[in-house]
Amino acid sequence: MNTTGKVTGIVSNLVTVQVDGPVAENELCHIRTAGTELLAEVIKVKGDKASVQVFESTRGLRGGDEVVFLGRMLEATLGPGLLSSIYDGLENNLATMTGVFLKRGEYTDPLDHDRLWDFTPLASEGDKVSAADWLGEVKEGWLPHKIMVPFSFKGEFTVVSVAPAGRYNIDSTVAVLRNGDGEELNVTMVQKWPVKVAVKSYREKPRPSRIMETGVRVIDTFNPIAEGGTGFIPGPFGCGKTVLQHAIAKQGEADVIVMAACGERANEVVEIFTEFPELEDPHTGRKLMERTTIICNTSNMPVAAREASVYTAMTICEYYRAMGLRCLLLADSTSRWAQALREMSNRMEELPGADAFPVDLSAIISNFYSRAGMVVLGNGKTGAVTVIGTVSPAGGNLKEPVTEGTKKAARCFYALEQNRADQKRYPAVNPIDSYSKYLEYPEIRDYLNTMMEDNWVDKVSKAKVLVRRGKEMAEQINILGDDGVPMGYHEAFWKSEIIDFAFLQQDAFDKTDALCPFKRQKYMLDLILGICDRQYEFEDFEACRTYFKEIINCLRQMNYCEFESEAFEQHKDKLNKLLSSNNGN
Amino acid sequence: MATKAFQKTFTRLEAITKATVSLEAEAVSNDELATVEGRLAQVVKTKGDTVTLQVFAGTEGIPTDAEVCFHGAPPTLKVSEQLSGRFFNAYGQPIDGGPEVEGEEREAGGPSVNPFKRKQPSELIPTGIAGIDLNNTLVSGQKIPFFADPDQPYNQVMADVALRADVDKIILGGMGLSNDDYLFFRHEFEAAGALDRIVSFVNTTEEPPVERLLIPDMALTAAEYFAVDKNEKVLVLLTDMTLYADALSIVSNRMDQIPSKDSMPGSLYSDLARIYEKAVQLPDGGSITIIAVTTLNDGDITHAIPDNTGYITEGQLFLRADSDTGKVIVDPFRSLSRLKQLVQGKKTRKDHSQVMNAGVRLYADAQNAKTKLENGFDLSDYDNRCLEYAKEYAVRLLSIDVNISIEEMLDTAWEIFAKYFSPAETGIKQALIDKYWKA
Repeated sequence: MNTTGKVTGIVSNLVTVQVDGPVAENELCHIRTAGTELLAEVIKVKGDKASVQVFESTRGLRGGDEVVFLGRMLEATLGPGLLSSIYDGLENNLATMTGVFLKRGEYTDPLDHDRLWDFTPLASEGDKVSAADWLGEVKEGWLPHKIMVPFSFKGEFTVVSVAPAGRYNIDSTVAVLRNGDGEELNVTMVQKWPVKVAVKSYREKPRPSRIMETGVRVIDTFNPIAEGGTGFIPGPFGCGKTVLQHAIAKQGEADVIVMAACGERANEVVEIFTEFPELEDPHTGRKLMERTTIICNTSNMPVAAREASVYTAMTICEYYRAMGLRCLLLADSTSRWAQALREMSNRMEELPGADAFPVDLSAIISNFYSRAGMVVLGNGKTGAVTVIGTVSPAGGNLKEPVTEGTKKAARCFYALEQNRADQKRYPAVNPIDSYSKYLEYPEIRDYLNTMMEDNWVDKVSKAKVLVRRGKEMAEQINILGDDGVPMGYHEAFWKSEIIDFAFLQQDAFDKTDALCPFKRQKYMLDLILGICDRQYEFEDFEACRTYFKEIINCLRQMNYCEFESEAFEQHKDKLNKLLSSNNGN
Repeated sequence: MATKAFQKTFTRLEAITKATVSLEAEAVSNDELATVEGRLAQVVKTKGDTVTLQVFAGTEGIPTDAEVCFHGAPPTLKVSEQLSGRFFNAYGQPIDGGPEVEGEEREAGGPSVNPFKRKQPSELIPTGIAGIDLNNTLVSGQKIPFFADPDQPYNQVMADVALRADVDKIILGGMGLSNDDYLFFRHEFEAAGALDRIVSFVNTTEEPPVERLLIPDMALTAAEYFAVDKNEKVLVLLTDMTLYADALSIVSNRMDQIPSKDSMPGSLYSDLARIYEKAVQLPDGGSITIIAVTTLNDGDITHAIPDNTGYITEGQLFLRADSDTGKVIVDPFRSLSRLKQLVQGKKTRKDHSQVMNAGVRLYADAQNAKTKLENGFDLSDYDNRCLEYAKEYAVRLLSIDVNISIEEMLDTAWEIFAKYFSPAETGIKQALIDKYWKA
């Protein structure tokens, strides 16, 4: 018998329910009103009063409306067909909804139950298996989608039977398992998992040891992110957070991308599902949409579902990670999620922390990021979930609770800077303030030095020093004037401008420049550092400026050309002529 | 509001604040409308048997034995073609002396469009103003505010943009509009002979501030009728959203909510997003484009209202007076149209985006030169050329009194580039230089 209750209070989407039996924290309930059932989640219990956050508009709700508790937490439905789909924060399939407007209380199934999948068994009768072990696989697009022992199965099981190869829908029993008590359990292609609970069915979670290529130079070369790593992008509005995140989504070296559009603009989601089916994954040549799942809870959709959306996205990533795949979760923006927490905390009249956010905000954020990571599965294979979140700090001020809380949790920091954005120096990632803690990991340094070249990490440090020195020189020149400083200052400044214009800046809207693989990044960095290593001679600072501007122009033209194409080489020849025309040695 | 048969009437108020009243009442639904002593109110909170109502016109003079009638439904607007050419108040009642509108009654502030049913915006909205068309191109289905200090001519610019834009309907939502500005809009629309394609919902400074909270919902309900039912291109003008947000903070304050940054309610982001996200490109050709005004306090965009707005809207148009030329310009650094790349080079000439970037970059160099000049340093030849360029660029392209085609804007830009710079100094792709450089 389910616990039931009656509505006794309503403030916006916070509803108080008088209950007649036990309820659990985070338990779901349905509120029956005006012929529909609204989904809500328990967030606080006091005596026989439960406070629930409603995932829908509470317009028209009345005191006395009936409530039925469901005895389960918010769960994600996991199975083949998740990729290429567009869901709301509660995993309702937006594509199968009727009408132009969202209807309150309309819940749609995340997966297609009629579609048939080509199943191949992987386990055999008599095998000993436990949660997340692979029983079989189907092809989802080009990815092998493993059918696993459900994460919720505790203990060891013996495989009684596995379905023979053939075409099945997701509800067909594809395996029968026997537990220690001799009970037989059927396994289908679908399983459910509570989104707020981390999936821990893996052998171990070692430190990340590989780099994920994003094709964005200022990230990959200057502050690379590890596969299974965490990073975040804070920045004022208009600094290119979304453009940068979309670039990573298009080019990131991952098998599965889950994009959580959390409290952001609907048109940005439209851009993804309009363009991704056309664009190619640069690593496999398949269409981008085939590897992408969109969790879309835009800013005008119910606030409470924002929180659910990032957890739903994370659970889907963990599911694919258990198949030995590399997943990338892009959450835009975690600030909106934090604001949703603030709205609820405020309505419950809790004592506020800094900026009226709940006091446990930073614990919640770090708990979320801690679900990322590279894992070794039971069968020795590895999988990874890399998380990159954006943060929208109020007023662009990074000393605010969400940025500070995320800084404690995420290991890469890509600070977008208003100043750079104003000067249209995109991506506006500040090369000096940003960091990647992964560059300090010995295993990552070894990996980079093996993959790129022996002294790669040192080279990158050298480039950073040049940028920092150039910035100091620019300040000196500003204080003392062009004539008040030695020529060396101008030279150092312009060398840093070369790195900025030809390497750090990248045109996300130019087909060629947008994607710069490691090989090309290495080539350009070597070329640029070579230019910076040379000595030059100038009559005056004006000549210095003109000369370096021409060098920058050649390098930028190279960036716009296909790598090692004829045009590329022509610009390089021009560059070499320029270089040999000035020899200060 | 017309009285209805099933009304429940109450006559005992338990609490009164400047914006709200509370009373004991049963079976009242959330967001439902009520009349308190003849004034319109809305249910904002239920606790046990106690219901709190937000009284839009303020509670001055309301006694504890005031008569309260519940209407049983949230705010609605009657929609039909009869809306065209009419002026209404915040409740959707005519203020132009004309008859009541007849039509289907629609819920105001209703549900959102399913994001999956949206189409990617792709139609250019030319305005003739180069600061907008060249640098911050507008696209139908976009939402974008003007950020301007109160002394900037934002309402004039907005009226110009609206009348030049190629749209089927213009819907004006005026919040805290001064009577002079209200008459200005009326006059502009009449003078342009465009009155029949305009619908206005106006709350002037003479009317109670909390009433403003209804204006965007009314304007957008009308907009959705024309865009969804009639497949029309609708442009919604909302001015001034800062006054709307101020009204939000008054209500949340009266309800004892803990304020967040700048005394604004913690839900400000969601409240504003609910309005702006109504901008949409629909699959059947209809669209809603929102151009709003957010007035600033001394150019401060870090205040909670412009800050939250900036995170919601698809860019912003920043007006400022240029001291060098005496013109009001669309600031190229702080302004941004996030959707511009959907039309630039696709619906306009191929050189558009590179010309735009080069123009702004050189203008930034001019600002650096200006700083040097102010600090008393000698200027290089390049600095001097930048400064001269900046003046011509501001007058011929950035100024809000420009009214030319995009083609002309691009040609003007190339002409100014060639006058002051070498091709390499512009950093434009060689292929475009070869084609367009005006040697």
